[in-house]
Amino acid sequence: MYSVNYHRAASVTEAAKLIKSGDAKLLSGGMTLIPAMKTRLAAPSDLVDLSRIKELQGVKVSGKTVTIGAATTHYDVASDEKLKKACPALAHMASLIGDPAVRHKGTIGGSIANNDPAADYPAALLALDATIVTNKREIAAGKFFTGLFETALKDGEIITAVTFTAPAKAAYEKFRNPASRYAIVGVFVAKGKDGVRVAVTGAGDDGVFRSKDIEAALTKSFMAAALDGVKVSAKNLMSDLHASADYRANLIAVMAKRAVTAANA
Amino acid sequence: MGIEGVGARVARKEDKRFITGAGRYVDDMVVPGMKHAAFVRSPHAHAQIKKIDVKKAKAMPGVIGVLTGKELKADGIGNLICGWMIHSKDGTPMKMGAWSPLAFDKVRYVGDAVVIVVAETKGQARDAAEAVDITYKELKAVVDAPKALERSAPQIHLEADGNLIFDWELGDSTATNAAIKAAAHVTRMKIVNNRLVPNAMEPRAALGHYDKAEDHYTCWTTSQNPHVARLVMSAFYNVAPENKLRVIAPDVGGGFGSKIFIYPEEIICLWASKKTGVPVKWVADRTESFLTDAHGRDHVSTVEMAFDKDNRITGLKVDTIANFGAYMSLFSSSVPTYLYATLLSGQYDIPAIHANVRAVYTNTAPVDAYRGAGRPEATYLLERTMETAARELGVSPAELRRKNFITSFPHQTPVIMNYDAGDYGASLDAAMKASDYAGFAKRKADAVKRGKLRGIGMSCYIEACGIAPSAAVGSLGAGVGLWESAEVRVNAVGTIEVLTGSHSHGQGHETTFAQLVNERFGVPIDSVSIVHGDTDKVQMGMGTYGSRSGAVGMSAIVKALDKVEAKAKKIAAHLLEADEGDIVIENGALKVAGTDKNVPWFQMALAAYTAHNLPGGMEPGLKETAFYDPSNFTFPAGCYICEVEIDPETGVTEIVQFVAADDFGNIINPMIVEGQVHGGIAQGVGQALLEGAHYDASGQLLTASYMDYTMPRADDLPSFKISTSNTPCPGNPLGIKGCGEAGAIGSPPAVINAITDAIGITDIAMPASPSTVWAAIRATTKH
Amino acid sequence: MSDISLTVNGRRVSGAAEDRTLLVHFLRENLGLTGTHVGCDTSQCGACVVHVDGKAVKSCTMLAVQASGSSVVTIEGLADGADLHPVQAAFKEHHGLQCGFCTPGMIMAATDMIARHPEGLDEATVRAELEGNICRCTGYHNIVKAILAASKTMAKGSKGKARQAA
Repeated sequence: MYSVNYHRAASVTEAAKLIKSGDAKLLSGGMTLIPAMKTRLAAPSDLVDLSRIKELQGVKVSGKTVTIGAATTHYDVASDEKLKKACPALAHMASLIGDPAVRHKGTIGGSIANNDPAADYPAALLALDATIVTNKREIAAGKFFTGLFETALKDGEIITAVTFTAPAKAAYEKFRNPASRYAIVGVFVAKGKDGVRVAVTGAGDDGVFRSKDIEAALTKSFMAAALDGVKVSAKNLMSDLHASADYRANLIAVMAKRAVTAANA
Repeated sequence: MGIEGVGARVARKEDKRFITGAGRYVDDMVVPGMKHAAFVRSPHAHAQIKKIDVKKAKAMPGVIGVLTGKELKADGIGNLICGWMIHSKDGTPMKMGAWSPLAFDKVRYVGDAVVIVVAETKGQARDAAEAVDITYKELKAVVDAPKALERSAPQIHLEADGNLIFDWELGDSTATNAAIKAAAHVTRMKIVNNRLVPNAMEPRAALGHYDKAEDHYTCWTTSQNPHVARLVMSAFYNVAPENKLRVIAPDVGGGFGSKIFIYPEEIICLWASKKTGVPVKWVADRTESFLTDAHGRDHVSTVEMAFDKDNRITGLKVDTIANFGAYMSLFSSSVPTYLYATLLSGQYDIPAIHANVRAVYTNTAPVDAYRGAGRPEATYLLERTMETAARELGVSPAELRRKNFITSFPHQTPVIMNYDAGDYGASLDAAMKASDYAGFAKRKADAVKRGKLRGIGMSCYIEACGIAPSAAVGSLGAGVGLWESAEVRVNAVGTIEVLTGSHSHGQGHETTFAQLVNERFGVPIDSVSIVHGDTDKVQMGMGTYGSRSGAVGMSAIVKALDKVEAKAKKIAAHLLEADEGDIVIENGALKVAGTDKNVPWFQMALAAYTAHNLPGGMEPGLKETAFYDPSNFTFPAGCYICEVEIDPETGVTEIVQFVAADDFGNIINPMIVEGQVHGGIAQGVGQALLEGAHYDASGQLLTASYMDYTMPRADDLPSFKISTSNTPCPGNPLGIKGCGEAGAIGSPPAVINAITDAIGITDIAMPASPSTVWAAIRATTKH
Repeated sequence: MSDISLTVNGRRVSGAAEDRTLLVHFLRENLGLTGTHVGCDTSQCGACVVHVDGKAVKSCTMLAVQASGSSVVTIEGLADGADLHPVQAAFKEHHGLQCGFCTPGMIMAATDMIARHPEGLDEATVRAELEGNICRCTGYHNIVKAILAASKTMAKGSKGKARQAA
């Protein structure tokens, strides 16, 4: 790791000031940033630690509206009793991220700001049509995830929360990379008041995406059998040591079916 | 057997320090004034070094020294060597290319060490390492062994024309060809044994300390055999004469073969300590380990197995290309030759065998012994071929094997080995019973109803352990003897120290070796200390690998105990005024048999040291040494049965049952033996399902971290059903065969036989990852 | 450089360290607590697991300065004097370790796992929850056995005390 200056912010306002110094980066759980710094792939001059800011923590459920503070850990999302009732699919998804020690540190805000193409949250938020709240504005998930490790965030903009309306039905199915345990394919299906949304992570060569073909089929009938004839194209899917684009295409269909079955259960 | 004696399930003495965080590994060592090293390594698989500019690095904060290969060579530090001579079939010796600890003219694989930087902190050393400016001229690289033999391949070492290190054969070619020609059936296969990275959880590390006043070096290193390290560093690398070099291998966090070899880093740290005047510590990070630890396996073979009309094997012909990587590691040449081809008879009575092995340089990490070393490759080749043969012949795989089993001992195979004892049918029966082999068809039918493919596969393995006797291995080209040593020191109060040349890096020697002493003298194991891993404390020894610590290391202890016992009895007889032949040792006392006359053990020991009343002419003290050289290898064997269920939609293979039935000879501590089998199976299953080192065509290692190299995790594995049915080994005083490698040897073919059975195909590449299995299933369903 | 002050194994400690210092290196090099190990660079092997404010974390993926003000328990702080923690005792009894290198992280992960599952554990849960801890020696067989046994012992025995120690 290169040398770095650490700052601990007590509030979002303070963090917003600190982030202006040098080539600073925001640090939340650090589960991606610190490994990248260790291997010298990331070299910020300064780190602004958000993880102890109280206003960024916790899950709120009010009626159908769910709001999750950006610095809420995966463990806290996975084990939140209110969320388990309002949107069990998201709590379940959080329980599948990394391992227990990683879930104790990693946060929702950190995960979506990083937008790793194999991360789980981007699929969930896109399928849930969530809104990403920053210290400057609100951004729809559909506009937020713009490419591999790319988001709509501007320099110095800080995610403060994620909010969405709990869907009637939802589920997430993840197929892990055997080595890294990140998603090779993760499919989040949600059936909300505005219809069915299906988002896929781990597979797209430009990051998380919605599968319109699967959505169309499930809009007709929200049953696994509705996907029987649907062919997922391998075009624009990633190919690597662990999975070819064809294999990923197959897994998207399989995981989508399983997710629908789970959502209906 | 007492509660702490031979055969007892004694909890390990060494555990206390490990479970409380008090283990002492090399990275835990701190020497006053110690500084930290980082290596600059080649980013290219094959390149000429045009220029090394260290000026900027030397000016970086905290930097103490930046040293290159030219300086190392100027100081007379020698090249790394391979210590086992193999001659090609044309009589020429193997073609060993030069391996400088720090490359100065050419780099031959990604990770090749070029420069060492010593600095105040590890961070500063790495900062400065980045500032070293090396100009390379890239050359074409080759990573695949068969391709390295092609005419168009780049030449890696001048010494090895066409990248061929040796072209060696074993067995009778004429008889084997005749058997194939006359056969009623011949099964032919191409067998690929995938390259693995050993991945001991403790990364390699070295701490070199040169004491100027004494002109003496100390090296703390992650070694399975510190004495061999000292010998080789003295005799071949000119680091220092043996009396001026102390090598300490303290607690070592796993080895699996990868820590047998002497690597560039420990040599360089010692040399750099003298050059810079400070103790120098280097600890590999995991990616450095992936790049530079000796890898394992990487064979490509063709096999022909001939059968007569009664399904008896009449001949076996094998042609193997072994990838040695960029340099010949210390014991690399022995692995695909005398540890491989000599095991090609398996458990079967095969009248004619011929093996041809070509060893090849490539631009990849050096390849050497990894858990099993040669024997997993032989077993995989044979047991995959047996399975295919059974399917082709339309007979049960179990019965085809049983029909061909060797049933009388000793048995001389056509490939050197003389099997001393075994009961292969007993292991097969035990495994079939434990796995409810007969009930498989019903389980398969149930699985089909659930949409799953279910398969069962077996593997009957044999291995040769102990890696001895010395005269035999010497005649086959080994540069060292492969005996073991022990010294037993009985203290004046009767407590005992055993100094052993074996080295424990997880095997539990501190417990099992003490159990041996307890069995003999009745001394509680708490009063027995096992001393190992330090060349200043322990007499010359050969270390731990090849499942040899029991069969060879403990046998040496037995020989020393024999001498101690003889002298103790003489002293007791003198004290008790009895005949030496009437003395027996029982319950911690030396007794006159059939009487109540006795002298407690500690009193006898005290008498030995007070020397007030010893038999005439007897030297005081009670300390004996033995060097034990066995008469033969040992031959553990067994049968493994694996049952899998495959999800055809995703290609995920679940091991629903894994049964191991082993014959390890006599057992000292069943709990520890079981642990060895569990770990071995996990590594074998890892090879079959999960693990594989992959280089791209340019020689970059694609699997250089746990993000891409799949280590077996707890949720990849089931609990194992294991048992033993043992035939004692006649070749050593304890009847031990060894158990350290069996799991890794026997399991890969069992897993792959099960998967190919489930899918209904002949072969599938290891690791049979979900994507590979899915593609194989899809290939069967597509026209 | 920052001044770092934290409670480690019940003792208040402080020291200056570069901001880039990882918690694991602060524990090992500044405090001499070498029981916590480093086995990989990618936060996957778990040899470095310690508890920070009562939760298992990977000390190789956290800066020491991030932990300033927190309470840390390492493998050295788990036993109650001469009395082994039930998880330590179970690892010994069931031969849940061989070379010992992954063991401190395994044990710290296991105590955390048991604390998070007061309802008890089964084999599948233990195996799934060990995702972040890699062992190369044992094939996990006896580690799983040890954790299941410790979980039972702790459920039966002096509940409060054992859990607090974890």
